[in-house]
Amino acid sequence: MAQRGIREFDGKKMLARYWGEYISKDLSFPGRIVLVDPETKLDDLPNEYSWLKKEKLVVKPDQLFGKRGKHGLIAANVSFEEAKEWIAERMNKKTTIGGVTGTLTHFIIEPYIPHDKEFYIAIKSVREGDTIYFSNHGGVDIESVWDTVAEINVGVMEDIDKINIEDKLPKDTPNENKRVLADFIRGLFRFYRNLGYAYLEINPFVISGKDIVPLDLVARLDDTAVFEFGSKWGDIRFPAPFGRNISKEEAYIKKMDAKSGASLKLTILNPKGRIWTMVAGGGSSVIYADTIVDLGYSDELANYGEYSGNPSTDETYEYAKTVIDLMTRERDIKGRPKFLLIGGGIANFTDVAKTFKGIIMALREYKEKLKKVGVKIYVRRGGPNYREGLKNMKKLGEELGVPIEVYGPETHMTRIVNMALEGS
Amino acid sequence: MAIKAKKKPDYVLMDKDTKAIVFGYQQNAVQRMLDFDYICRRKDPSVVAIVNPTRDGLHKCFWGTKEIQVPMYKTLEQATKKHPDADVMVNFASMRSAYPSTKEALESETIRTVAIIAEGVPEHRTKELIKIAKDRNKWIIGPATVGGIVAGGFKIGNTAGMLDNIIASKLYRPGSVAYVSKSGGLSNELNNIIANNTDGVYEGIAIGGDRYPGSTFLDHLLRYEKNPRIKMMVMLGEVGGTDEYDVIEAVKEGKIKKPLVAWCIGTCSKVFPADIQFGHAGARAGAEKETADAKNKALKGVGVIVPDTFDDFDKRIKETFDMLVRSGKHTPLPDVEPPKIPIDYAVALKEGIIRKPTQFVSTISDDRGEELRYCGIPISRIFEEGWGLGGVIGLLWFKKKLPKWATEFIEMVVLVTADHGPAVSGAHNAIVAARAGKDLVSSLASGLLTIGPRFGGAVQGSADHFTTYLYQGSDPAFMVKDMKDKNINIQGIGHRIKSVTNPDVRVEILKKYVKKNFPITETLDYALDVEKLTTAKRNNLILNVDGCIGVSFCDMLRSIGYSREEVREFVDLGILNALFVVGRSIGFIGHIIDQKRQKAGLYRHPWDDILYAMPDKPDEVKRDG
Repeated sequence: MAQRGIREFDGKKMLARYWGEYISKDLSFPGRIVLVDPETKLDDLPNEYSWLKKEKLVVKPDQLFGKRGKHGLIAANVSFEEAKEWIAERMNKKTTIGGVTGTLTHFIIEPYIPHDKEFYIAIKSVREGDTIYFSNHGGVDIESVWDTVAEINVGVMEDIDKINIEDKLPKDTPNENKRVLADFIRGLFRFYRNLGYAYLEINPFVISGKDIVPLDLVARLDDTAVFEFGSKWGDIRFPAPFGRNISKEEAYIKKMDAKSGASLKLTILNPKGRIWTMVAGGGSSVIYADTIVDLGYSDELANYGEYSGNPSTDETYEYAKTVIDLMTRERDIKGRPKFLLIGGGIANFTDVAKTFKGIIMALREYKEKLKKVGVKIYVRRGGPNYREGLKNMKKLGEELGVPIEVYGPETHMTRIVNMALEGS
Repeated sequence: MAIKAKKKPDYVLMDKDTKAIVFGYQQNAVQRMLDFDYICRRKDPSVVAIVNPTRDGLHKCFWGTKEIQVPMYKTLEQATKKHPDADVMVNFASMRSAYPSTKEALESETIRTVAIIAEGVPEHRTKELIKIAKDRNKWIIGPATVGGIVAGGFKIGNTAGMLDNIIASKLYRPGSVAYVSKSGGLSNELNNIIANNTDGVYEGIAIGGDRYPGSTFLDHLLRYEKNPRIKMMVMLGEVGGTDEYDVIEAVKEGKIKKPLVAWCIGTCSKVFPADIQFGHAGARAGAEKETADAKNKALKGVGVIVPDTFDDFDKRIKETFDMLVRSGKHTPLPDVEPPKIPIDYAVALKEGIIRKPTQFVSTISDDRGEELRYCGIPISRIFEEGWGLGGVIGLLWFKKKLPKWATEFIEMVVLVTADHGPAVSGAHNAIVAARAGKDLVSSLASGLLTIGPRFGGAVQGSADHFTTYLYQGSDPAFMVKDMKDKNINIQGIGHRIKSVTNPDVRVEILKKYVKKNFPITETLDYALDVEKLTTAKRNNLILNVDGCIGVSFCDMLRSIGYSREEVREFVDLGILNALFVVGRSIGFIGHIIDQKRQKAGLYRHPWDDILYAMPDKPDEVKRDG
């Protein structure tokens, strides 16, 4: 739980819904926007949104990634027929954005607004309050014109209406624009704060007659505040970041995680990798992955995996089975051994012997496969009942004929990484 | 009340004299704090009060082997008023109530430090709390943390886990190394590393995994810097956020001079796809600067001791400590022997170290496993196999799987005894109680308490009378005569309206069923022989429905395998009344619901239905009788 990105569609819809309440009664924002997903029947849309056929349109993907113009993923000033065709060509197609490959599934269609002047605004949560960034030079990579950006700090519990925004606007702001812009900034800030936003960026927005039109919007909400703002947010979804196509096994663990009070996480990095981890605890699991990477074995790191919060024997069994199954599907191409690191720090209250029980069940079940693939297992763990847990693991090694080395808290947490990989 | 304790230096948040209020009824955490206090040989327990919004009074816990009581208050205001010497609050409130309770504590006059344990406190709320704390010169540890520990002094809540851990990491006495980490889960590992490689932990704080921790790495490191008993410091940072750069600035500016060994976890993030959210809300690298690699490099750049990997963290800590000792700047502190804490009963029992005789035995059901079981049968099977009410009574009253004819009979009895109209005294009492505004359970009890020798007792009485004579071998004629001689009416014989010529249809049905299905019908047969004699005297002295149930039930018990002695045992303990209670409760409840839904008013008996026969004056009691 943390700050989570929302779709541009949801951000703009919310903006339109609360425009009159927080932003402006004089200037309007009609919020005409349509979200298209793989299920949408494009031909039916104009029945509900007649403006689609009457106006020129803009189309772009809405999947939490930016720089869409640079990647040729905006079609502007097009007819509905052209927009349809444009979407059809891209829907469910793979594309690569900044090194991340994912599938395009969501697009938004809006009216095309001819304009000449573009503005930039962003509001960001900081420890001492919130910071507003504004520039008269929007529509570009803002970093490239950072010297035109004015920074306005609003302290925690400070009233935005008591801040003289006009004076804090950039020096190049034309006098005739000052009031309109200051009012808009104040309004947008009220919207941001009263709706529990953690980040809101509009780059650019334009002034078009009586309307202020946000063209591109990026927003994050703090999802822990759902109990305070949830009713205002309405039916909001937090989509997965672009490019996170999860495998069957990852989805299985994710489903288990969602149902359980315990935490179970699995990310497969390289299914052909030789180093597999199954680590108790969020922080410890990161440290194990770190150490493997820092010792120069990132190409061999097969997964990131974590279980914590006192999972039941059944849950650790299912979890371990999933990981062991993945790692024993095929031998290493060069016939080298594979390593399974069953690691962890010193548990506070989790019964180590109990959680190991499920892992032991899974290992026993995969006895033949473990031997066939040539798996070496290293265990390190401390906490309640750890001696019993380690003893059981050791016995299991003898029983299965699979090499299992076990260590307790007297051994530094990550030393087994070294032992496995460097043989020291 | 004046605060007498001498003023602590500003850099000390908690020590061996600290008194704390625990917000939230966390019994295990309180006990763990007290156990820690005890092995540290503190003079007094650190927990002086508990705030439990749902209950006040006293909470019982252990101080070593002795039991003590900790006062419990419904509001923080009461707790702070009664305990002005408590300056720490350990806040176990939920993510929803963490904000108001922490705010109240920070705004109090006496609480200086609040540890917020909850995960998922909204960021904007934490920011408000940080502002309040700053304005009032107070401290927040957390949110989303296990807390922290001052070795040999004070422990926040569940920090450092079980006592075994605490003893293994020598936390019962102060060392010379202080650490600050984000993760609470890793604090145990830090305790271990520091215990294994130095003279031990002096203090350790986990600031929590949120984006805006109430106090930062730097806040604590600056405290440690000022504390002359701390000789070196350890920091465990992580990917995401920029708080570690404040530390770097402070080192650069010479505000931090003591040796600092630091490492930021999450160096693996560069090999991960897209932006994976690690466990912590704050742990996501938005910019290059926020990566663990960049931070580790920058820390190293200003002279902080940074290992190449976490794997060397222990070695760097050891080297740094050894250097302090070798250069004569520090003499390692000696170890002491902590007092023993008795093992908890529950733990010892689980480990099979102790045993104890039980106080009572239950042989009919067990609610402890995955599923509730009646006499060994899981409740799901009872539904699946359609055991019914009779089957369940069989399991819980007789611990037998009853044959169909027996369960059906029990159900027939329940149906037939369910109600007998509103006029009978039990129903009347239930109705009167309901109309007096009493709740359903009280009204039902009023009805049930009427059941006894004269009302509803005939079922019990007939079973008693008939089995007494039958089992002692008397013939029916003797029974009739003997009862007459003793001037006792035979229970279960006689009806106001029904007679030989106008039989009770309920009795006919029951009799027929019993004769057809029960292997043993001795009591019913005996009662019918008695009926022949009594009806010969008067037409309406028939075996009535109560009597028929009473004797038939005894035959059912015989038929399912009980001896005559056992049947008498059941009769004597009132099993027939039990049967009547089960059945008639249905009717009573019906009458109560009926009255309540009608909104029937208070019943008052009319004057004209009462003969007032009061004397003019009371009898004089004379002295000499």
